[in-house]
Amino acid sequence: METKNKTPFPILHSHLLSKSYGSVQALKNLSFEVNRGEIYGIIGPDGAGKTTLFRILTTLILADKGTAVVDGLDVVKDYKQIRDRIGYMPGKFSLYQDLTVEENLRFFASIYRTRIEENYYLIEEIYKQIEPFKNRRAGKLSGGMKQKLALSCALIHKPTILFLDEPTTGVDPISRKEFWDMLMRLKAQGITILVSTPYMDEATLCDRIALILDGEFMQVDTPQNIIAGYPETLWAVQTDHIPRLLKELRNNPLVHSAYSFGESIHVTFNKEWTPNGQLSGIDYPFEKIQPTVEDCFMLLSKK
Amino acid sequence: MNEFLSFIKKEFYHIFRDQRTILILLVMPVVQIILFGFAITTEVKNTQVALFDPSKDVATQYIKDKFQASEYFTIVEELTTPNQINEVFKYGKVGLVIVFSEDFADNLLHTGEAAIQLITDGTEPNQASMLTGYASGILSLYQQELMEQYHAPFQIVSEIRMLYNPQLKSAYNFVPGVMGMVLILICAMMTSIAIVREKEMGTMEVLLSSPLKPIYIILAKAVPYFSLSIFNLATILLLAVFVFNVPVAGNLFWLILLSLLFIFLALSLGLLISTLVDSQLAAMLISGMALMMPIMLLSGLVFPIESMPEILQWISAIVPARWYIEAVKKLMIQGVEVRYVTKEFLILAVMAVGLMLISLKNFKTRLN
Repeated sequence: METKNKTPFPILHSHLLSKSYGSVQALKNLSFEVNRGEIYGIIGPDGAGKTTLFRILTTLILADKGTAVVDGLDVVKDYKQIRDRIGYMPGKFSLYQDLTVEENLRFFASIYRTRIEENYYLIEEIYKQIEPFKNRRAGKLSGGMKQKLALSCALIHKPTILFLDEPTTGVDPISRKEFWDMLMRLKAQGITILVSTPYMDEATLCDRIALILDGEFMQVDTPQNIIAGYPETLWAVQTDHIPRLLKELRNNPLVHSAYSFGESIHVTFNKEWTPNGQLSGIDYPFEKIQPTVEDCFMLLSKK
Repeated sequence: MNEFLSFIKKEFYHIFRDQRTILILLVMPVVQIILFGFAITTEVKNTQVALFDPSKDVATQYIKDKFQASEYFTIVEELTTPNQINEVFKYGKVGLVIVFSEDFADNLLHTGEAAIQLITDGTEPNQASMLTGYASGILSLYQQELMEQYHAPFQIVSEIRMLYNPQLKSAYNFVPGVMGMVLILICAMMTSIAIVREKEMGTMEVLLSSPLKPIYIILAKAVPYFSLSIFNLATILLLAVFVFNVPVAGNLFWLILLSLLFIFLALSLGLLISTLVDSQLAAMLISGMALMMPIMLLSGLVFPIESMPEILQWISAIVPARWYIEAVKKLMIQGVEVRYVTKEFLILAVMAVGLMLISLKNFKTRLN
């Protein structure tokens, strides 16, 4: 355990995984490794192939080609043993809405042949937040509480590796932050976590991330390295009229790229031209900023 | 085993927390049997009767009075020749024709035996057999009176003839029919919906990624509906016996065993449906179209199988409910011994095992 950061060895690796649905290729020759004890983020938009990848790794579907090994076990041949060891939280809320919080947890503990009390220490931090509502039907919980319950259910058998498919989609910012705090604590317990998310701001919380688009990993590295590798100078401009300004910027010959980013527009310029805070014809001031993972993603996806 | 029990517990929670499910499961069978039952019993009041009486003696007059006094019959016409029988059925609203033999009273008193013919329109078999049933009842009451009077056995041999459809149909057709329909509906439809719901809600994904054995998922779904079906079976039988006075003429043990076999078959069918579709709506439509329609139309519940075109008779042979309903009629209404329903038992058993094997083979240990 103590050497996990110095000499990483993979708990999961895949080799040339491919999967097609009709004419749509969801995964294209995907090869990657996840080290024991790390939080590995898979970052990409909807339809990039994240869920397909998770389903192959959790033995729910078969790849057309390629192999994958989870905790030393082949996902096709040894699927039964794998199912004993993994925890999986699908993207869609998948607990029983008509069962209470406690009934859900008890049920999932039982199908993993364990009891709530056995691994309670593992979920205590999470579960005690929803315990006051333990007699409430799961369908009546808020989005954040649902996710906490789902995580508790996925953890109750102390899996060696946890698969979380977009766990924070549709969850309020405070709950999202709490959720990630929990993932950090689980990591400290030695549980490997493979998590996918469309939120780029969550990427920096991972040990390593893979940027996925159209079934391919564009880049795999630590978030810090990916950001440090951003080759251009990035500027931001604040405005109330994003669509209009975006159009103007894109028509400007000096502008290399411009895209909206929340309430501002992120801009890169051609060559070494420096706007010095101003650009003729544009009334708003430009500000030099540090790129984020999303900026890196946008740059990569343009190639 | 523990995980299996807790799965069953969960299924019961699902059932008892959804009022619509409860309504379908527990109220529908009662409503159906009451609707079918009353729809039939209200029809036979004041049926018009024609009769041909060549004897015209004290006995026939007494019987005529009895019929006239009954709330079920009104005598409207006396025929002068038997040739008129066909005509009154064609033109009149007559539902029953009574034909006495010659020298009725004489025969009855001196030989202890006299013949009477009850003729009905067989194109409406349910009503026809209901009418002959009531008519026979009146005749046997008369017999009893005679017996008490003379302390000697008398027998009125009543010959029942159904014009246009000579096959004798039971008056209580609807009870086996409703049993067949309700059991198929509840077992097949509700089981398939319960399994497909897990797929639709996304919980199947979690169940399949857990070490839970897929066979447990299936069995745990089947157990609650199996037990509820037994409850329904009991309800239907009790209603039939105590509200509609349908007798259980045969062996109750074999009737229940036959029903359990049929319930098992229906569960297999529901399971098969659940492996074929991915949405609750599709499961419902398939159960509705593929199960309800054939049962209504081809099982003999509404239309007698014997009067179907031959091709439909062949098709009806693959409808499990047809064999079940036939066997229940024999066991329950006609009260025959079990060896006369061996064929039905075997057919249902083969179908059940076949369906179960196919659906177990079809049930995937992964998502599609």
